[in-house]
Amino acid sequence: MQNGNPDDGFTCSPQWRISTRPTAAKKHLADALAPYLYSAPALILIVTVMLVPLVLGISYAFRDIQLLNPFSGGFVGLDHFRTLSQDQNFYRALRNTLWWTGWSVLLQFVFGLILALLLDKPFFGRAIVQALVFLPWAVPSFLAGLNWAWLFNPVVGPLPHWLFAVGIMSEPNNILSDPQLAMWGPIIANVWWGIPFFAVTLLAALQAIPRDLYEAASIDGAGPVQRFISITLPFLAPTIAITVLLRTVWISNFADLIIVMTNGGPADRTQIVASYIFTQAFKRLDFGYASAIALVLLVLLITYSMLIVVLRQWLLSKD
Amino acid sequence: MTAKRIVSVLAHRLAILAYVAFALFPLYWLLKVSVTPNKLLYSEGIKMWPSRTSFEHFEFVLKHSEFPTFFKNSLIVSGSTAVIVTMLASLAGYALSRFNLRGKFWIVALMLLTQMFPLVMLVAPIFKMLSPLGLTNSLTGLVIVYTAFNVPFATFLMQSFFDGIPKDLEEAAMIDGATQFVAFRQIILPLTLPGIAATLGFVFTAAWSELLFSLMLISGNDAATFPVGLLSFVSKFSVDFGQMMAAGVMALVPACLFFLLIQRYLVQGLTAGAVKG
Amino acid sequence: MASIDIAAIHKSYGIHPVLHGIDLAIKDGEFVVLVGPSGCGKSTLLRMIAGLEAVTDGEIRIDGKRVNDLAPKDRDIAMVFQSYALYPHMSVAKNMSYSLRLRKTAKETIASVVARAANKLGLDPLMERRPKALSGGQRQRVAMGRAIVREPKAFLFDEPLSNLDARLREQMRAEIKKLHKDLGATSIYVTHDQIEAMTLADRIVAMHGGIIQQVGSPLDLYDNPANLFVAGFIGSPGMNFFEGRYMLVDGKPVFAPTGGVELALEAPANLSDGSRATLGIRPEHVVLGAEGPETQMAAIDLVEPTGFGIILHLTLGPVSLNAFTLDRRFLNATGTVAVRLPANHLHFFDESGRKV
Ligand SMILES: Nc1ncnc2c1ncn2[C@@H]1O[C@H](COP(=O)(O)OP(=O)(O)OP(=O)(O)O)[C@@H](O)[C@H]1O
Ligand SMILES: [Mg+2]
Repeated sequence: MQNGNPDDGFTCSPQWRISTRPTAAKKHLADALAPYLYSAPALILIVTVMLVPLVLGISYAFRDIQLLNPFSGGFVGLDHFRTLSQDQNFYRALRNTLWWTGWSVLLQFVFGLILALLLDKPFFGRAIVQALVFLPWAVPSFLAGLNWAWLFNPVVGPLPHWLFAVGIMSEPNNILSDPQLAMWGPIIANVWWGIPFFAVTLLAALQAIPRDLYEAASIDGAGPVQRFISITLPFLAPTIAITVLLRTVWISNFADLIIVMTNGGPADRTQIVASYIFTQAFKRLDFGYASAIALVLLVLLITYSMLIVVLRQWLLSKD
Repeated sequence: MTAKRIVSVLAHRLAILAYVAFALFPLYWLLKVSVTPNKLLYSEGIKMWPSRTSFEHFEFVLKHSEFPTFFKNSLIVSGSTAVIVTMLASLAGYALSRFNLRGKFWIVALMLLTQMFPLVMLVAPIFKMLSPLGLTNSLTGLVIVYTAFNVPFATFLMQSFFDGIPKDLEEAAMIDGATQFVAFRQIILPLTLPGIAATLGFVFTAAWSELLFSLMLISGNDAATFPVGLLSFVSKFSVDFGQMMAAGVMALVPACLFFLLIQRYLVQGLTAGAVKG
Repeated sequence: MASIDIAAIHKSYGIHPVLHGIDLAIKDGEFVVLVGPSGCGKSTLLRMIAGLEAVTDGEIRIDGKRVNDLAPKDRDIAMVFQSYALYPHMSVAKNMSYSLRLRKTAKETIASVVARAANKLGLDPLMERRPKALSGGQRQRVAMGRAIVREPKAFLFDEPLSNLDARLREQMRAEIKKLHKDLGATSIYVTHDQIEAMTLADRIVAMHGGIIQQVGSPLDLYDNPANLFVAGFIGSPGMNFFEGRYMLVDGKPVFAPTGGVELALEAPANLSDGSRATLGIRPEHVVLGAEGPETQMAAIDLVEPTGFGIILHLTLGPVSLNAFTLDRRFLNATGTVAVRLPANHLHFFDESGRKV
């Protein structure tokens, strides 16, 4: 900008130069900074409380960190991983994790999809039904766990008696103390608790499908099953893919129900990797070893996610 | 044709009914046991409703246990977390929705990353970080941790609500004489109230339910939250089912109230955020 | 009220340039209409004047004072958006008074100013309603009301009528014109609608590709388009163009359309012999059923009655041509018709598209 233009009375005045230049500069600065000011508090918090601990946690995996041992803290290299490779409990937890995650996701998804389809049709009282069937989602996970643990308890819960009555069990015992069956307890609680998540997500996707597509298809003579296969499923597919992927990762990390219901028992039959990490950190206060397991779990999960993404890419490029 | 229709409608309603029953039965049972007097607990253990009900368990829990403290602690922690997270997430979500942020990609990537890794990884390092600051065994520490955990998702959620509000509105306000921040406060925020309610409810419920970190960070009874209190109660007095379930009902109430208030927004809003996040 | 000066304004989004040096001086009280095809940068220019978009290069002055670095709120201008942008959570009265409340104007002043504006726009019975309980036309009025309560230095309009139906648009157009007469406020108005542009403007600014093509009174642009773009853009149905060569045959001016029969011209044009040129004539200037030496026979392809008049689609040799007439005799015309292109209505454009 040209200052001191003789035609312009304003420009010549020295006050004008002093007062406006800095405000212009200040405005530019403020404009440039504003977005960061809005997001800074959230970012600072995320970085200090999540990112820094994450990096620390990774470093712990290579150090000897035991809370009760004041002489710990030294660098131990890959020792934890060597121990881990010999740790039968870890391998059992890994197998249990597969079992736990696979069944939980599968059942949640199937029942969630059915529920979403049921709720997609308008009917009298749908709003209330929707509120009621989604209620388990609001139940705190620890309470869901306790609640189901009590239901499985023959003293106060009806389930063992019912199972006994229909002949599934030879006597009304607590399945949570039966090594063969114990894992089904947390799985059932998890399914109960997680159906709403799938149902809500899929319902929203269902409702985003343009209604006139269905009308067009019926006019073209498609029956309900054909409509489901040729319209509903293709539309839902992306949502299903991403929800199942995210949920799988999430559930394999979800230790609350197990810690509350069985605490890994009986005989470690329900110990999953996430609860194993927690047990190492919380009970044995061996943070180094816990971090090493956590790091392995993280790597496994990242590998899994990558595999899924690559697989999806490959499937997409095939057709 | 009509007979077929009736059958299909009937099947639909029955299926719905089965879902409602499955969803509500455990909660119903919790309530039932909590109002069953001790004397009838074993004799009428699996009857659908006891022949006599009483509130003796609630009375005991309220008067002779530390649950009121736990309840208060949980309320403080969850309430503060919800309010702080919603404020931070509104600001950050607004920035993501409205500004051409340089480094936006990295911010989003960072937030997505935090949704991806197992939080159990952080149990040990967070404990180690907080204990020299005196923030273990303290409600403040819990609020800080929970706030950080919930901010990323809440930010995505708020962003999707802001994205739904036309940019014209705040431009009109700025031309009318508002600064960007005044336009944000007076025009955009009021229009995002459903989103704010959904975020508040979501975060409150999440904080109310959190177990692992409160188990790890809190040891004394003074700062124990409801989950920790209930769990220690369970391991100590694992036979007093009536009292435990009465406490359980108390833990259920705030979360369910919040949920019922906001569930219609959740269905609209959460999914948008959930699919994106 | 104020003058607005736009000097050498450039705008790029990232590396993508949108405006390439806009110069425009708008006088106090003038009504200027910006027209141009979609994406030519009209809204961008308007938003830069409002302060909603940063200026990449150049200077904007309102009342002689440089405003490049002023926030919208400090520029004292009002804007009416295409979407109206009414605040959904405020009543009509609150919407209209928002700017005054932000300026901490006295309550009584606000009440009287808002009442006067409401009265002027016929909004009195609607003041307590929320925008979503209003019709499109009513919303439009509220948006206008919100702009006028403040008596700003200038009004900016970005296609304010394009969401209304044809009738209502006509009515609001007349109201805007009346308002402008009353208030005499400097106004910049963006539109796609030819008639709005022609009827409202003191001056029309025709833009294309981020460059001003011509500035002038509506009739100026209609009668003397500066270039091919303006000639084609202003007027409906659009001007006929023939590409070809201008020649002198035996000293007489002739236009030879590419691949077509030569047209004998009534008068010479300011072009050199044999140069490439484009000839343009408006459909309403094509004389139908004429007699005389310059008439030519054109085949009738299609007859389109518009109610007001008739559009004839003709072919003259290989080139097609539209003619507009009020003469109902042509409603059922078939076969051929004699046409004449009167010299005083012919426009010549040289190779670069400039009018000669
Ligand atoms: N925020 C933006 N980022 C990048 N490019 C933009 C942005 N806004 C506008 N543009 C581009 O700038 C050019 C001019 O846009 P502008 O909105 O000014 O056009 P317009 O003349 O108002 O068109 P219309 O008549 O359709 O409203 C367009 O090519 C558009 O794609
Ligand atoms: Mg535009």
